[in-house]
Amino acid sequence: MLKQTADYITFTLMGLTPGTHTGEAVNFFLYDTTKIFLLLSTIIYVVAIIRTSFPPEKTRRMLSHKREYVGNILAALLGIVTPFCSCSAVPLFIGFVESGVPLGVTFSFLISSPMVNEVALIMLWGLFGWKIALIYIGTGLLVAIFSGIIIGKLKMEKHVQDYVWEMQVGNAEIVQMSFREKREYAGEYTFSLLKKIWPYVVVGVGLGAFIHGYAPQDFLLKYAGRDNLFAVPLAVLIGVPLYSNAAGVIPIVHALMEKGMAIGTVLAFMMAVTALSLPEAIILKNVLKNRLLAVFFGIVAVAIVCVGYLFNAIL
Amino acid sequence: MKIEVLGTGCAKCKSLYEAVKTAVKEKGIEAEIVKVEDIPSIVKYGVMSTPALVIDGKVKFSGKAASPGEIAALL
Repeated sequence: MLKQTADYITFTLMGLTPGTHTGEAVNFFLYDTTKIFLLLSTIIYVVAIIRTSFPPEKTRRMLSHKREYVGNILAALLGIVTPFCSCSAVPLFIGFVESGVPLGVTFSFLISSPMVNEVALIMLWGLFGWKIALIYIGTGLLVAIFSGIIIGKLKMEKHVQDYVWEMQVGNAEIVQMSFREKREYAGEYTFSLLKKIWPYVVVGVGLGAFIHGYAPQDFLLKYAGRDNLFAVPLAVLIGVPLYSNAAGVIPIVHALMEKGMAIGTVLAFMMAVTALSLPEAIILKNVLKNRLLAVFFGIVAVAIVCVGYLFNAIL
Repeated sequence: MKIEVLGTGCAKCKSLYEAVKTAVKEKGIEAEIVKVEDIPSIVKYGVMSTPALVIDGKVKFSGKAASPGEIAALL
C-alpha cells in the first residue's frame, strides 16, 4: 500500500523515471519516512502505556539486594521497559546504589536502558525486518548483562564519587495512575518524542536515500565488508563520540549495508552510537571517578566489538 | 503552600516550572515556588526521574511535565 503510494507520487505525480538516481532517491525517501512515522507513532504509544507500569522507583525496589547474575539479567530486561532519559541518569544512579542495588547490576541497567529502546526496535524492524530487530535486542541485552557482571567482579565501589555513598535517599511513594491518566501520559509522551526526533528521522532518511540513489553498488564492500578485520573496531571508535539517537543513525546504516557494509559492523556501529556517548560521559562524571568511567566505556566498547565480529562470522 | 519543582535543568523541567507558575497565578493562591536543581535535595525525595513536582514536601508525580490545568487540580 505505502509502496504503491510512494511509487505513484514519485513516478506519476512528479514524473520522475524509475531506475534513475533522482527517481530512486525520492521514492526511497517518501516510502521510508511514511513507513517509519507510522510505525513510530503507534509503537511509541503502546510502549508508553506499558512503561507507566514500570516507574524507576519500582524497578529500583525490584533490583535492590538482588544477587549478581540474576540481578544483572533482571536489570538488563527492566532497562527495556523503564523510561530513561540521560538527563535523569544521575539521580537514578544514586537512587539505585544507595538503596542496595549492586554496582554491577546498576550498570547492566544503565547500559541496556538507552541501547535497547523502542525507537531503535521500530526503526530496525521497519528497515531491516524483525529478525535483525530481535538479534539487536538479544545481543544488546547480552552486552548489558556481561558488562555489568564484569564491572561487579572488578569491585570498583571506591571509584564511585565519595559523596554518593553519604547521601540520604528518601523513599517516594509510587503514585498509581488510572488508565485514563496512562493514556493521557502516553499521548503526550508520543507527541513530545516525535517532536524531538522527527528532524533526525528526516535527515537520516534523506542521507540514506542519497546513498541509496547515488552511491555505486558495493562501494563499501572493500572497506566495510566482512573481510576487513579493522572495520568493526573502527565503526565502534567512530560511533562512541557520535551523539545521535537511533532514529537518525538507522536509516543511514541501512543504506550503507545495501552498499556492502557487513551486518556485524552495522550492529556494532549502532550499539556504539546509542549506548555510549560523550554527553553521557559528562553526565556520569558527576557520580563516577575517571577510572570507573573509563572501565565502563572500555568494557562496553569491547563487548560491542565482539558482537560485531560474531555476526560477521555467522551471518 | 510550598511548591517545589525538582529537576537538573532539562527542557521538561523548565516547562514544568513555567506551568506551575501559570497554575498558581490562575488559581490566585499564595504559594512559594522553588526550583530545586541540586542533586542531593532531589535524591532526598527518592525521586529518580526528573522533572518531579513536590507540594508541601510530598511527591505528586515524577518523570513528566504537566499542563497548568493538571497542576491546578493538585493544588
